[in-house]
Amino acid sequence: MGRKLLTEHINVEGIDTFEVYRKHGGYRSVEKAVKTMTPDEVVEEVKKSGLRGRGGAGFPTGLKWSFLAKPEGVPRYLVCNADESEPGTFKDRQLMSKLPHLLIEGMITSSYALGANTSYIYIRGELLYVLRILEKAIAEAYAAGFLGKNILGSGYDLDLYVHPGGGAYICGEETALLESLEGKRGNPRNKPPFPAVQGLYARPTVVNNVESIAAVPVIVNDGGDEYAKIGVGKSTGTKLISACGHLNKPGIYEIELGVPVEEFIYSDEYCGGIWKGRDLKAVVAGGSSVPILPKELILKTAAGENRLMTYESLSDGGFVTGTMLGSGGFIAMDETTCIVRNTWNFSRFYHHESCGQCSPCREGTGWLEKILHRLEHGHGNERDIDVLASVAKQIEGNTICPLGEAAAWPVSAAIRHFRDEFEWHVRYPQEATRPGAVFPGKAVLA
Amino acid sequence: MESTTAPVKPQFSEAAKAEIDRICKQYPEERRKSAMLPVLHIAQAEFGGWVAPEVQDLVAEVLGVKPIEVYEVSTFYTMFNLKPVGKHVLEICRTGPCQLRGSDELTLELERITGAKVGGGPSADGLFTLKEVECLAACGFAPVVQVREKYYEQLDTEASVNAMLSELRTMVHRPALPWEEKGLPNAIANN
Amino acid sequence: MAKITFDGIEVEVPDGTTILNAARTIGGGIVPPAMCYYTPLKGSGGKCRACLVRVAAGSAKDPRPMPKLVASCVTPVQDGMVVENTTSEQVLNVRKGIVEMLLINHPLDCPVCDQAGECDLQNFAFEHGVSTTRYEEERRTFEKIDIGPLIQLHMTRCILCYRCVYTADQLTEKRVHGVLGRGDAAEIGTYIENIIDNEFSGNVIDVCPVGALTDKTFRFKQRVWFTKPVNAHRDCENPKCCGKVVLWYKGKDVLRITARKDQYGEVKEWICNTCRFDKKETSDWTIEGPAHIDRSSVISANHYELPVLNAQVIADLPESSVRDLEQNPPMRLGN
Ligand SMILES: Cc1cc2nc3c(=O)[nH]c(=O)nc-3n(C[C@H](O)[C@H](O)[C@H](O)COP(=O)(O)O)c2cc1C
Ligand code: SF4
Ligand code: SF4
Ligand code: FES
Ligand code: FES
Repeated sequence: MGRKLLTEHINVEGIDTFEVYRKHGGYRSVEKAVKTMTPDEVVEEVKKSGLRGRGGAGFPTGLKWSFLAKPEGVPRYLVCNADESEPGTFKDRQLMSKLPHLLIEGMITSSYALGANTSYIYIRGELLYVLRILEKAIAEAYAAGFLGKNILGSGYDLDLYVHPGGGAYICGEETALLESLEGKRGNPRNKPPFPAVQGLYARPTVVNNVESIAAVPVIVNDGGDEYAKIGVGKSTGTKLISACGHLNKPGIYEIELGVPVEEFIYSDEYCGGIWKGRDLKAVVAGGSSVPILPKELILKTAAGENRLMTYESLSDGGFVTGTMLGSGGFIAMDETTCIVRNTWNFSRFYHHESCGQCSPCREGTGWLEKILHRLEHGHGNERDIDVLASVAKQIEGNTICPLGEAAAWPVSAAIRHFRDEFEWHVRYPQEATRPGAVFPGKAVLA
Repeated sequence: MESTTAPVKPQFSEAAKAEIDRICKQYPEERRKSAMLPVLHIAQAEFGGWVAPEVQDLVAEVLGVKPIEVYEVSTFYTMFNLKPVGKHVLEICRTGPCQLRGSDELTLELERITGAKVGGGPSADGLFTLKEVECLAACGFAPVVQVREKYYEQLDTEASVNAMLSELRTMVHRPALPWEEKGLPNAIANN
Repeated sequence: MAKITFDGIEVEVPDGTTILNAARTIGGGIVPPAMCYYTPLKGSGGKCRACLVRVAAGSAKDPRPMPKLVASCVTPVQDGMVVENTTSEQVLNVRKGIVEMLLINHPLDCPVCDQAGECDLQNFAFEHGVSTTRYEEERRTFEKIDIGPLIQLHMTRCILCYRCVYTADQLTEKRVHGVLGRGDAAEIGTYIENIIDNEFSGNVIDVCPVGALTDKTFRFKQRVWFTKPVNAHRDCENPKCCGKVVLWYKGKDVLRITARKDQYGEVKEWICNTCRFDKKETSDWTIEGPAHIDRSSVISANHYELPVLNAQVIADLPESSVRDLEQNPPMRLGN
């Protein structure tokens, strides 16, 4: 059994209340930080921990914190990214609804480290019920003296608020999130300036994912070095994996980074194998934006080594034979899955979610979806597959924000690894579009 | 259904006004516009599940912004309904992980049972509007439907779908929100 | 000051200058095209991606290349920066892709569009595009609407540069139009009120790079290449109006009035609606002389390149243009 740093107490009765949470060692990191450590010392521990952002990009959290501009007399902000909208990802929702005080504790300790006196949790609008849970927990934390003026007599003040979104995946992108928090459309900003210099209300701001913030209490309590001992290489600590799709036991698993992918899928401790006794066909390992991999490449790298659940191992082979850990949204597909259909579905998602500001993404996402829609519905032609690949390339790297790439990668990867199945849709549209049709293998194309 | 023009200018209830005041205090004073999304959510809950142009104008007035600033936002975010809706809006997740576990079939089933069409107006009895949405962050419990603030999960059996629908059918008032007094007659339909 | 090398040419500009504006101080054919950036409008730029360039060296301090192409209109220079535009194959290819993207949902109605002949998109497509499209899907369309008695919005042609929104925001007290919806369903609109009514609203026509916002008082009166532009001014009562305009003549008649644009198509001094819409007599104005329309190659070269050849609707082309068309066949879009 791996260690559970975040979710150890998740099933304890009443753990969503301040009292029970506190009894189980909650808020110790706040006491330790504000009473015995300077803000810089907290940042130092987070740096030592090797914690990498859990929102998808995997950027070292401590390093990000050290970039925060600190002009005299200008307020700065910590904003928690609880927009969780990447298809396949549902860990933050679970964490916040079951362990609201863990996030709040992390927000207080982290805000202290950054010198923020006002912090926000930006939660996706669909999760209003979780917002209610968080607001209740925040009220308890105020009442107990962990929020508000002069926290625990330390002289440090912090106000913490929860702000709902309104239904827009793009608001997970940090600058779109800040625009949204300012009451505007979620249009990502051009960078530079980066949020660390001009973020919320044009003031220095750090944006971090829920899970990143939730890891801070453990790091402060046990020390960054202790945290860094868990995991493999630069993938330290534990990670919440949202397992979904055709698995026997979908759900949230807190794993020590380094668990072999095969074990994660098949062992009873985790997902318990593929449902209905079927074979695995493909996996999207880090949320819908990362490249899909066929069974052979998700279980073993191209060099034949066991693939591990780490940032490095999953990206081994680059985009040719590898993928990314991303947000940890682990989507498994069984042997009956139609890859064209799935790719179309994801394309529709990005088309629907593009903010529409920049031309390659606004126009390109629609183009991709329309071609894939035709292919999936039996109206493809010989050119389509190449046009798809080239439109994806035209978007990639040329947009304001990474949604462009997120839309392009799944298409490029699906074609890279499952081109035969696309060809089949073009050449045998009647068979391919029959309800429940399963690709019979490349032999049919011969 | 055509957009109905409210005969009188809509007004927030006292409870909602107090809640809006509380929310506005969360942002710097000159940044009242920040309260846009939370206030739109309150408006949608108060005025029958959608935000009519008059309601959006009211939001603009309350926040001290131009009406166009509200329209720009309300049309960007998918949670705000810009047309009248049935008593219950069923937001069905259609994204990959849910599709893998039967969301397409669920949608067809809900269309069949309610008689409403996805993207169309409310069902003939005025009870249900069907809306397809993207990933609701519940992929491990697919397929999923959201109604107001509640998630209905693992709707892959007849029993689970029926349980959801009968709960909604027998609901007289929508559940009270935290700032509303319990038992207050919060009509669900357009008031 | 910062010294940068742009397409092999060294230039020194004040700190904080954008790459695009640095290139403009050099001028000529190396200047990246800009479809959304508009110098006088704060916040504009970064959206169309027409101006993407390659930064081969970030700065003297950190000479590494930037990993992605950058929007030259919003990226500030650094001392020692090396930028490639026309010298980079990659940039030119990507730009072709941008043209294609901007055109896939653009109606191919140039022959009947008021803007034809002075459309930035037409120029952009002509100068940087490829001559075929691979787009087989249905194009997005919108109904055209009148926004007040003076301005017409033909949303189908809009490239969502946001310039008109910034103009209304920064020039007028009460902006009533904006961008509604999102993604490729986003549109310029007014939602319920539909009159843009403000003394400076007419400027949105001049900033629009395409024929999406047009002068209703000019529509269909005359193709632009038949008209003769003349600089003129008057003492305008409105303190915010510069009173300096271009009168567009056909014979003795003033067909329309616009603000003056510089060589990059930018209006630097705004005019009020009275000057634009109500002063259509020569006697209202002090005439300065013929206006030089520099960069709009289409007009100044007195030839007209249609992105689409659509014989039925271009019957009214002048002789010279027909000849031109024969000598330089325009690119063909569509199959
Ligand atoms: C289109 C898009 C959507 C994103 N969605 C989320 C999200 O839902 N949650 C999240 O934490 N980060 C999301 N991100 C990443 C954030 O921009 C940002 O990197 C992250 O919040 C940083 O926090 P971290 O360093 O703690 O991971 C998204 C990025 C993009 C480009
Ligand atoms: S890449 Fe897409 S989502 Fe990002 S800014 Fe451009 S249009 Fe918007
Ligand atoms: S109407 Fe014209 S100016 Fe306005 S956004 Fe569209 S293209 Fe730009
Ligand atoms: S895909 Fe339906 S909840 Fe994520
Ligand atoms: S001009 Fe630079 S992106 Fe449009």
